[in-house]
Amino acid sequence: MNGVSFNFTVPGDDFTRAGEASSAIKNKLKSMGIPPAVVRNVAIAVYEGEINMVIHAPGNGRPGGGIITITVEPEAITMVLEDKGRGIEDVDKAMQEGYTTAADEVRALGFGAGMGLPNMKNYSDEFAITSTVGVGTTVTMKIYLNK
Amino acid sequence: MRCVVTIKNIAELLVCDILTCEEPDKEIHTACGSDMMSDVLAFVKDQAVLLTGLMNPQVIRTAEMMDIICIVFVRGKMPHESVIELAKDRGIAVLTTKHRMFEACGLLYSNGLGGGAGH
Ligand SMILES: Nc1ncnc2c1ncn2[C@@H]1O[C@H](COP(=O)(O)OP(=O)(O)OP(=O)(O)O)[C@@H](O)[C@H]1O
Ligand SMILES: [Mg+2]
Repeated sequence: MNGVSFNFTVPGDDFTRAGEASSAIKNKLKSMGIPPAVVRNVAIAVYEGEINMVIHAPGNGRPGGGIITITVEPEAITMVLEDKGRGIEDVDKAMQEGYTTAADEVRALGFGAGMGLPNMKNYSDEFAITSTVGVGTTVTMKIYLNK
Repeated sequence: MRCVVTIKNIAELLVCDILTCEEPDKEIHTACGSDMMSDVLAFVKDQAVLLTGLMNPQVIRTAEMMDIICIVFVRGKMPHESVIELAKDRGIAVLTTKHRMFEACGLLYSNGLGGGAGH
């Protein structure tokens, strides 16, 4: 594991700031000389996850937002998105294209088509999600550098 | 026939006001019209122009992640100053047109810009 790791905090209470962490991650990877096509895939996957952390995680007395950890190794970039939000009851259902619990207010903001999680899976080479209701959700994704 | 157009061409075709644009001669390969950023994130390809009626900062963030190089706000909508600043900072061109979404997309399509499907 001779990689470098970075943490980014996602505030859960301010939708207008959603995407700031992904933007910082994109810039960081660019400055490290990671190939643009890989940076784009990482950015899209992480951004979908960041938006989810802000719009879905808060509720039932749980805070939204969380921590994104990016680890860059010679062979892959690993992204771990961790929130202590309300969690997902049925993860298999959440992974289906078109499944969403988003309210109309969320759709008015341009999100809530039920495409995010499937899209994150598409953009990554390895994908795992674990979630416990009332505890939180962790999404782990890996994108290979030498394909 | 599909052909390559520039940001400047788009501004002319749609009679746009240019709010920020550093490289008017940059080439656009595909176009996408949507108010749903979810769909944009799932379907848009490279070097695209995004037409939208949505006005929040996440439009710019979405464009940034997707490497979308130009955004056209339809129906004469004027984004907030902070939204324009964000785009400027990221080198994304921002235009506004009086045309509605359907007309704006139709004009670009009939002038040779594709939707990027089937690639
Ligand atoms: N971090 C999270 N915490 C709690 N629930 C989540 C979280 N991420 C996703 N979900 C649940 O999974 C569903 C599907 O998520 P997904 O990202 O695929 O779609 P969406 O966010 O609803 O819409 P889109 O991503 O297209 O804007 C959400 O509607 C929500 O119920
Ligand atoms: Mg989502």
